[in-house]
Parts: sequence; structure tokens; C-alpha cells
Amino acid sequence: MKFSFGTLLKEALSGHRGWPRQWREPEPKPAYDVVIVGAGGHGLATAYYLAKEHGIRNVAVLEKGWLGGGNTGRNTTIIRSNYLCEESEALYEHAMKLWEGLAIELNYNVMYSPRGVMMLAHNEHDVRIFKRHVHANRLAGIDNEWLDPAEAKGFCPILNIDSRLRHPVLGAALQRRGGVARHDAVAWGYARGADALGVDIIQGCEVTGIRRAPSGEVTGVETSRGFIGAGKIGVVAAGHTSVIMAMAGVRMPLESFPLQALVSEPVKPVMPCVVMSNTIHAYMSQSDKGELVIGAGTDAYVSYSQTGGLHVTRHTIEAIAELFPVTRRLRMLRSWGGIVDVTPDRSPIIGRTPVPGLYVNCGWGTGGFKATPGSGHVFAATLARDEPHPIAAPFTLDRFVTGRLIDEAAAAAVSH
Amino acid sequence: MIEDDKGPGGNRFRTASGGRIDRSQPVRFTFDGRAYQGYAGDTLASALLANGVHLVGRSFKYHRPRGIVAAGPEEPNALVTVRRDWRRTTPNLRATEVEIHDGLDAVSQNRFPSLRFDFGALNDRLSPLFPAGFYYKTFMGPERFGRGASGAWARIYEPVIRRMAGLGRAPVDGDTDSYASRHAHCDVLVVGAGPAGLAAALAAAEGGARVMLADEQAEAGGSLLGAPDVMIGGEPAADWREGALARLMSFETVTVLTRTTVFGAYPDHLFGLVERLTDHLPDQGRGVPRERLWQVRARHVVLATGALERPLVFPGNDRPGVMLAGAAATYLHRYGVLVGTRSVVVTTTDSGYRIAADLAEHGVRIEAIADLRGRAGEAAEAAARAAGIPIHGGVSVLGTGGRLRVSSIRLALRDGRRERLEADSVLMSGGRSPTLHLFSQLRGRLVWDARHHAFLAQDPLGGVSLAGAATGLVEAPVDDAFESGTAAGVQALAALGMSGVGTVALGASMQSLPPADSVVPVAPVARHLEAASFIDFQNDVTAKDLRLAAQEGFRSIEHIKRYTTTGMATDQGKTSNVNALSHVSGVLGRPVGDIGHTTFRAPYTPVTFGALAAECRGTLFDPVRLTPIDPAARERGAIFEAVGPWQRARYFPKPGETMHQAVARECLAVRTSVGVFDASTLGKIEVVGPDAATFLDRMYVNAIASLPVGRSRYAILLNEAGFVIDDGIVSRLSDVRFHVTTTTTGAARVLAHMEDYLQTEFPELRCWLTSVTEQWAVVAVQGPRARAVLAPLVEDVDLAPDVLVHMAQTEGRVLGVPARVFRVSFTGELGYEINVPAGYGRAVWSALLSAAERVGGTAYGTEAMHVLRAEKGYIIVGQDSDGTLTPRDLGLPVGERKADFVGKRSLSRSDMLVTDRPQLVGLETEDGRVVLEEGAQITRDSAPAVGTHAVGHVTSAYHSAVLGRSIALAVIEGGRAHLGETFHVPMPSGVIRVKVVSPAFYDPKGGRLHG
Repeated sequence: MKFSFGTLLKEALSGHRGWPRQWREPEPKPAYDVVIVGAGGHGLATAYYLAKEHGIRNVAVLEKGWLGGGNTGRNTTIIRSNYLCEESEALYEHAMKLWEGLAIELNYNVMYSPRGVMMLAHNEHDVRIFKRHVHANRLAGIDNEWLDPAEAKGFCPILNIDSRLRHPVLGAALQRRGGVARHDAVAWGYARGADALGVDIIQGCEVTGIRRAPSGEVTGVETSRGFIGAGKIGVVAAGHTSVIMAMAGVRMPLESFPLQALVSEPVKPVMPCVVMSNTIHAYMSQSDKGELVIGAGTDAYVSYSQTGGLHVTRHTIEAIAELFPVTRRLRMLRSWGGIVDVTPDRSPIIGRTPVPGLYVNCGWGTGGFKATPGSGHVFAATLARDEPHPIAAPFTLDRFVTGRLIDEAAAAAVSH
Repeated sequence: MIEDDKGPGGNRFRTASGGRIDRSQPVRFTFDGRAYQGYAGDTLASALLANGVHLVGRSFKYHRPRGIVAAGPEEPNALVTVRRDWRRTTPNLRATEVEIHDGLDAVSQNRFPSLRFDFGALNDRLSPLFPAGFYYKTFMGPERFGRGASGAWARIYEPVIRRMAGLGRAPVDGDTDSYASRHAHCDVLVVGAGPAGLAAALAAAEGGARVMLADEQAEAGGSLLGAPDVMIGGEPAADWREGALARLMSFETVTVLTRTTVFGAYPDHLFGLVERLTDHLPDQGRGVPRERLWQVRARHVVLATGALERPLVFPGNDRPGVMLAGAAATYLHRYGVLVGTRSVVVTTTDSGYRIAADLAEHGVRIEAIADLRGRAGEAAEAAARAAGIPIHGGVSVLGTGGRLRVSSIRLALRDGRRERLEADSVLMSGGRSPTLHLFSQLRGRLVWDARHHAFLAQDPLGGVSLAGAATGLVEAPVDDAFESGTAAGVQALAALGMSGVGTVALGASMQSLPPADSVVPVAPVARHLEAASFIDFQNDVTAKDLRLAAQEGFRSIEHIKRYTTTGMATDQGKTSNVNALSHVSGVLGRPVGDIGHTTFRAPYTPVTFGALAAECRGTLFDPVRLTPIDPAARERGAIFEAVGPWQRARYFPKPGETMHQAVARECLAVRTSVGVFDASTLGKIEVVGPDAATFLDRMYVNAIASLPVGRSRYAILLNEAGFVIDDGIVSRLSDVRFHVTTTTTGAARVLAHMEDYLQTEFPELRCWLTSVTEQWAVVAVQGPRARAVLAPLVEDVDLAPDVLVHMAQTEGRVLGVPARVFRVSFTGELGYEINVPAGYGRAVWSALLSAAERVGGTAYGTEAMHVLRAEKGYIIVGQDSDGTLTPRDLGLPVGERKADFVGKRSLSRSDMLVTDRPQLVGLETEDGRVVLEEGAQITRDSAPAVGTHAVGHVTSAYHSAVLGRSIALAVIEGGRAHLGETFHVPMPSGVIRVKVVSPAFYDPKGGRLHG
């Protein structure tokens, strides 16, 4: 059924009894052409584009828990493409262009809201870094502009630009096309779209092993619901990628950290955009429901525990209350954590692995949500053709062997 | 103004006596601008109910009129904004938790123009259009509006929806209240000071444990506060409570915190508590903290957190005046308030009967008990009959009447007859759910218990005991709660290896849980009535919404929660979660236990940001590090810049000078005379031990093992990937002792990096690392006259150029102060860095500066330092290198002759050897007056189109006074092969032509260093 105001009206008149299931709850078939491990946004998008653009519809997406329940449903939904490296610019801009038409593409309102993402500079080092981004993005045709403190406050009136602040706002890089989207809707929209094209989404199905033929190529996965054969396997398991890949004997250059986020109680609109401060670890926007959505930094130590430390929450709130003094009397409603997988160069890994038939899409660190459509799109192409999509080509696993890194962490290198 | 003791609004629903309010202390407050009177001890909710006010809010989505439902933190509806002044306005407070004080100014929220008449209620009329998840299905087009920012969602629908959503308003300016924080340790943290918690705290304290007892309410006592007739161990509860508290207070080892919520459990038994200090008082003015955050590390925790009563799901269950039966009892006994005069009790529990009888005894006319179950317990039924209350068993509720307050209820009786009863209040008794939020946060597992129709704690959890209603003893006699508390206290002692005073025998009731109070699952609502049957009141989630979600294939309870928003309101589903699960269970035909529950997350109730930040605001947000020389630089009028945690003097302007002029003057002074610079912020690590040389040799690219005593070496630190992450000077003080410097902001990172290797990779090396950054103040004296300035001031230091050569080091005295003197230079001039104990730094800097000024020298700051080093082509790690460059890229030694060091292997990876790697070069603009912008991109193309590949970028750019032109450093792919060639820097205002040159602009042979 096509979603529209018309169908909503029609259903309203008939008591909403006609809405069909948004996706099926199928039993796993004995085998699939492609098995995707992980039904987060990236995995579901991969399945959708495999079916939609490559005609590969005999696809299963296996999920240990419930679809969209990992980092897709836990992140602060910031979307932007003003990255530094040309490879990253291409990847995230590809995603941004897909975001712009995604609701109509999926016939599911993912509430992509390009309200502007503003990144604050608090010292001369930050200024230099962000200006470098602005110059690089201008050359690449990606919008990103430099604002002085008064202009930054003009864009976000509750921002404190008092020069006596401990970490004063010296300026900001603004991407106006950046914004947020409704994370659950992204997972659900892709799930519904993929399901409609014949993809089996199998929830509550934990992968416990990867079976390989004597010649080395993959033949399927062992799961909590039995063996499922697979011509190709795409691992899209975020924080648990290392665990899954180890089942095929592949050691991944990943570290997993808890990352926390929290929301305030809902208030009437007060925050018109997204503000990020990498220097003091504070990220804030306001959801359509009215909650202030706040991202914190990662814990200092690797862990698979989804419980982060109170001190991390506190540090974030300290920064938020300094930057946005009107929030000091508001209250934290809910906090949670997710596990992010971080590569040495802070860029993702998308593509083939040393094991024939095994593909991986991981290493998105703290910023994977924004890439969801682009990631799925290029990974699907890579899986379908067994050769990297041109945009994915630089993001190989073997760049950690050759040294051809795509270092977005460069921007964070601070020294004097 | 107040004519009689009942005051305006009448307090018509106040009982003649009873309750814990102080009737001798009337309190005046306003709600929505109207004046009311209550008494000391009232909450805003109890005071409003005493005045007959039930309508206090509007729901989030449909703007339906809503009343007070509960008497505690689970309240879903009664959200208000409390205003002290325009900066100190707090939205979304629960009226059931707001204690009234004279002058309290509370207003309702989410309504326009008024609570009684709200335009938003139009949504209620349109509610068939707004089922669960409606917004995912529409508001996407029309497509002709375009995409992204110009699309219909961003331009039209979203702004409207955002204005409709939200609850209260944020204050318009910063909060002027202050907040405090404390850290504490204890043996036993007891959460909840009801009978079980008090008993647990007493037992633990008697056994010698350090105990903290925290309760969210204004006074300890929990359920005892609203149960005056209850006896504990043969003693009236009120007396027992007084006695227990007095006994607890007599221990020095016990801390009792009221108005304190234990909001979160964090790893390793760290608990977050927030104590509310002044909101219940008239304005205290500045200086008294509003709230205090406690971070408590407890060896053992006793969760005596009680249980929360559940509403019942029936059509019209959200009308003002429909509330929890237990809350009605609390209002009666604790606050002396009758929530109505004619009530119908709708129940699925026997306690509903007891409450009905209790209310009847206090003058409420109970029109009927409507039991949704087939039959009740005999004792309960007998008590109700004795009170003359009509009882209807096996009924279902067809609906309620009334607009802004319930006025009637319609029942379908067991025999098929329908009955309409007039009532000004409908009381729901749906059983109670143990409060296990903290247990769940501690990773305790919850299992569904069908007998109790509730989730109970499954396994014992290390370091955790449960007591009282939290264990599932939800309707048990208070003696059982007391016993269970005592047992938990004794259990805590045992777990801690402490013994209790005597042993506490478990009563029979503790051997096994008592038979459940025949709670039945929520009676199913007829399907056509689901749309009017609310489950999550605040978020307007109905039984029909849950069915729709299930119909659309949302099966996981987490999906259903997110799709319908049930349990996502500011009460986080305290009253709604179990009802939602029960309903979903019915719809899917699966047991509740199979569906599972959503995850409990901190905080238990919302926590003020201000309290979480506590004193970490303003200058204490992130304490500034200042060098010992800082006050002297300030006296000199220095302008500072932030560098990592430090404030560093950037330049020292003379009166009337611009930054540009001051920096030019400082640079020229260093080149022609002498400059004095505070280098104290550089990280300093003392590396000591027989294997210190071996260790440093493995860490740095450069040869350290061969470094003679008394000499220094510039050294580069790589990460495993082979990229430069820091640099500094390594000096050998003796065979076994090194003084190592790092960059200012790299200090902590480098020490951690080294410790990591020492402890995990090279544990066999006998070598120790100590940060001495704070111990030494460092004054750099740089320039051709440096030796002349220094010579008269040193003792036991031979400054002769052939003795203390460039990159040599010695110890002696400077100005009578013990000093380490390093002959090093970051300016390209003859230079010394004088390290003296930090306490002497200011005096030594001032004396050296005075000596320098006598020969035309000056103080210089970080900006001049940056220019001077750039003139020499010296890099700043983090500016000219960004973590992606190898030493080879930067034109630095690559340690080819060394067997190994951290990062060496990576330097031979294929991509490290290609010829087009970025390389450090110098740039000269064609027009020497033009200073490039740092971060600007570099292209070969003279008119680069969008998408042109950038071959590099500008890393440093300055005006050089000594060269009389601008200079810049840059990294360019294969740059060293392009010396003399022209490249282009595209800027918004046009393309700047630049020539690639060697990065050493000044004195490239380095003769001046050796002067």
C-alpha cells in the first residue's frame, strides 16, 4: 500500500483496519544468494539497493535482536557531508544527495530536516582546521561556510558567544544542507522497501559461525535458527564486526568503544539547528518532539558494554550548559549507550575481504548514521559486482596494509 | 484576603483533621494566575485537589483535558511550569512532586489560550487522522516542492509540527541558581526510606556499616506516611517511624538524605543521586545551591524502592478525576484531602476494595466497586459489604462522561445490563509493579511473574539486595516489609563480611512470596472502544495504537514503543509499561514474558542539567593551566591565547601597537638582539632507569642510545602507522637519566603513549617515566646576544661556544637558582632554555627579561615564536603535520640506520614509498604583501573548476619582518620535486599564484645556531 495523505484519510474513515504489515516475519529459507549480517540502517539499505538496483532479491538480512536496534536507533542523527578528505567528501556527499530524496524514494517519511549543522571553533587550532575544511569543501563543490561568532549566534540564537567563556566561540563552520532525520524511520523505511522487493528480514536470528568451503570461499552462516546457505555474505554489524569477522578468521583493525547520548524532557522549539563542538565534546539538536538530543564523547577505554560512565555524561552536560545557558534548568530524561567500531584512520571499511564471498561494511565510528543511504548504495554495488563501487574503492580493508589511509582524525590532531 | 481558614478555593475537599500537613501554617500560591491556599506539607497536587482542582494539564498530542492521576513521581499528566523569575523558570515539573511554599507561581503548559479552552483540542476531534506513526506515512510531498531544504517536509509540515510539539518552554536566559556536588563512599546504600528501607538501614547500621539512606520524598517513611493506622511490631507506624529515624540519626556512620533521588546505577556500583535543596522553600537568594549531585560508590546496595500502582485501561480512563486508587488513599491520609465526594472504584485487585472501604469510612460516597474480575477475595469483599458499598463483579467499563472533569461512568454488568453511575471521581486499582529500574540498570534480569502480573527480579545480583515491595511483596502487610528490610540489611552485612547484631529470623511470610492478590491481567477492552482507552496518558497512546502497531508488523516491544511512543514520555512509562505489554500480549496472543520489556535507562526521574554540571561552570568548567611566569606576563600586558588547557602569552604589545606590529618587533628583536620566552608549557618527562636509553631508542625515530651524556637531540615520535605524532628534545643527563620534552598539548598523550608501550610491549625494560612538566619553569633566551645576557647571571655553567655547543646541556645555577641549561633553539638563533624549579620561574624570567631589555631585547610570545620557526622551516606538529605525514614527508630523518623503533615497519609500506606523497615545502606568493590563509587548498590548475583535485594545502602562513615579505609552509604532493614551480591557491576572491620554495626561508645553512 502506498503511504500518502489520501490513504491515511481513507484508513481513518475505516478505523485503520486496512494497514498491512510493513514487513513480513519470514522463516529463513535454506539458502540465499546474499546474506547480510546485521539489520541496522546500513544493512537494510544494502539489501534494499541490492534488490532495487541490482535485481538481487534472494536476500536475507539476519538480525540478532530487532531491526534498527543497534546504533541506528541510538545515535543523534546528525547528517552532514563537509568532510576533509576528497574520498570522504565523495562518500558522504553521495549519501547527502540520497537523503534529499529518500522519503519519496522509500515512500516513508524519514523526516530528513536540513536545518544546518554548525561546528564550533574554540581556539586558533580549531579555526585553522575548520577553515581548511571550508576551503577543501568549496573546491569540491560542497557547501560549508565560515561564520564569525556573531553570525553563529544569528544562526543559533541560544548559543553563548561571550568572549569570557572558558572555551569561547571563535567562529563556526556551517553546512546549511546538513541536518537530522528520524532514525527509526530510516530503518523501517528501508526494511519495508526491501521486504516489498522480496528480501527476507529475519529478526531474533544470531549468527554464530561462518561456514567456508575447503577452497576458502564462504558457503553460509550458522545461526541460532540453524544453518543458512549464502552465495555471498555482507557483514554490517557495527560494534560487533570484529566478533563476526573472527568467525571467518579475519582479524579487523577495529576498536569498539561505548558512546553515549541523552535527551532532555521535551520543550517548545528553542534550538533551530544542529551544533557540534568536537573540542569540548558536545553535540545538540532538538527533535520534532521537542527533546534536546545530545551526543557525548566515547569512553576512554574499549568495551562491548553499552553502559558508559556517569563522568562522560556529566562532562557533556557541563559543556552543553556552558554553550547553551538556557538549558541549565532543563532536565535529562533518558540516557543510553551504543558500541561504535573505530578504525585507525576514523574512516569506514567498505568492500571485499581476503575471504572469497565475504564482504564487510564497518568502521563508521561515531558518525555512521549520516552515511546510511550512501553506505548501503555503494556496498550493494560492491556486493553485486564483486568489485568496489568507485566511491567505495578507496575505503578498502587493505589500506591498512598499504598505508593509503583516509585520515579524518587528522582534523583532531592537536599540538603546539 | 483570606476570610476563613479554608481560604480562596475553599479547601472544600480538606478533611477536618488528619494528614501530615501543618494546618497552623497556611501557604499561599498561584496556579495559572489564580490564588489558592494550602498548608505546609502539601504538594502542588494535594493543595489543588484540596481546592477541588483536578484539571491541570493538556495531553501532548490530542490536547485532551487531563487531571492528577498519581501522588508521586509516576504522575503522567500534571506537568506544570514553576516560575521564580524570568531566568529561573522550570518547565515540566510534576505537580505531585512540587512542594508548595508561599509565593509559589505555577502555570499549566501546552495549551492556548487557556487550560479550560485550548485551540489545540482540535487535534482531539481529528484524532482518527493521527494514529500511531501517522507522520511516517504522509507529509512527504508534493514532490514539486523539491527535495531537501526546499521540500514540503522541511518547509511546511515540520515547522508546524514542531510548534505543536514540546511541553513547557525553556527559560529565555541562563540560570542564576547554583548547584553543588559531593562524592561519597559507603558500605551500604539504601534506596528508599519506607518501612523496608528504614529497617534495612537500621540493621546495617547496627552491624557497624557506613550507611547512606536516600529517599525522593520530603520526609522518610514511604508508604507509612500515608498509613496512619498501620502497626509495626505492635507499635503505631508513625511512632515506629520516628523511633527508627531517631535511632538512625544517632549513628555517626549513617547519612539520611531526603528529597534525594537515586537516579542511576553506573559501572562498579557508582550511583548518581540528586538532592533537591531549595525548590521547596521561598526564594533563598543567591549562594544557596538549588540541588546537589552526589556520586556515591557503595559496596552494597539495598533497593527498597517500593512499587508503582497501575491504572486500568478502559474507555475514557483519561478524564480529569479518574485516578489511581492508591493515590486517593495517599491524598486522604497524608494530606487530608478527599479527591471527590462520589466515587466509583474500578479494580482488578482486592486492595481496591480496602481502599473503597477506607474512603467510605472517611465520608466519600462510594457509588460502586466495579470489579473487572469474576470474583474478589472474601475478606476484601466482606469489608466492602460491611461499609455498604454496592459491588459489581465481572463488569466492563463502557465509558466515562464529563468534559473537564469526570461526571459519570457507564458499566456493562455481568448479566448484560448497563448501568450509568454519577461520580466526580473514578479510582483505578490495577495492581502494583515493583520498582526495579535500578536493579535493571545494574544488569539484573527481570522475569514476568504471571501470579503478580508484574516483572520481578530474577537472579540474585552481586552486591545488591532487594527489600519490601520491590521484591514483589506489593500488597503484603507492613510487618513483612519491615522483616524483608531487616533481612536485606543483614544480607548486606554478610556480603561485606560484617556481622549483624543478633540474627534476624525470616518470618514465615519471607520464606515464600505470599499468594498474589489475585491480580488478573488487564481485562481486554472491546475492540471498538480501544481508541478511547488510554495506555500512555502523556503521549496519548491508546490501546488501538498498540493494536495498529502489531497489525503493521511491529512485534518487538522496542519497535512498538518507538512506533507508538508508549513509555517515551517524561514519566518513561512508569504507569503505562505493564499495561502496554499486557495489551500487546493480548493482541499478539503471546505471553507477556515472551514479549519482554523495554530497557530501563538512567535516570529514574529527570535530572536537572545544572545539577549534573554542578560547580563545573565558568572558569571551573575546565580549569585553566597557568605557568609560574603567567602573572609576570600579565603585568607586562601580554595578550593570551588558549593552547590546549594552557593560557599562553601570544604577544606583548607596547601601547598603541597592533598585534601585527608587536609580533614584527618581537621577531626582529630575536633576530638582531635577544628575546625572552616562557616555554614552561612544553611537556617534560623524566625517563630514568638502566634501560632508559634502550626504551627511548625504541620509541623515537632518532638514535638515542648513542647520545652522549650532556647532549641533546631533536627527536620525532611516530605512531604504529608511521605517522609523526609528536616531537621534542631528548637530553641525556646521565647514563640512566633523560630529560624529554614534548609539545604543549601532546604532554599527557605522549606520556600515556610511552606508558602503554612500556607496560604492554616492553615490560622487561627497567625504566620509569615521571611527568615533570609542573616541576620546571622554562625560560628561553634566544638571539645573537643570548650568551651576553646570560653570562653574568650563571654560576658553574661554562657558556663558551666550544664547550656548551648547540644541542648540549649542563647543570648549574642561574641567578643563584639551581638550573638545567639546554643550548637549544626553535628560532634558528643562538639560544638557551633555562629550566629552574617552578617556584623560581617568575623571578628568573623577570630578571632575564630585565637583562635582555638592557641590550635592546624584549619578551616575545607564541605568535613571534611561530613566525620565527616558520622562517626556519621548523614544523609545529599538529599544524604543519596533521597525523598523516611521515618523517620523510616532512623532510626529517627516517631512522634508516636504526634496527627498529615504533612505526618503522609502517614506513616501508607500499604507499609510504610512492613519489607523490605529500611533502613539506615553502611557498612564496608572487605579491609578497599577500599572506596566504592557513588551510587554503593548492591546485596545479590556475582556474580550478569545482571538483578539481587539491594537490596540497597551506599549513602555516605569516608576514616575515626580517624577510620583508610573506612566507608560508605547505604540504604538496611530491612537493620537493617542484621547487621553483608555480601553483595556485583558489580563494573566494580569486586565485593566488604561489611559487614552491625550500621551507628554510632564513639562514638555510644554519650558521646562526652555532654563533
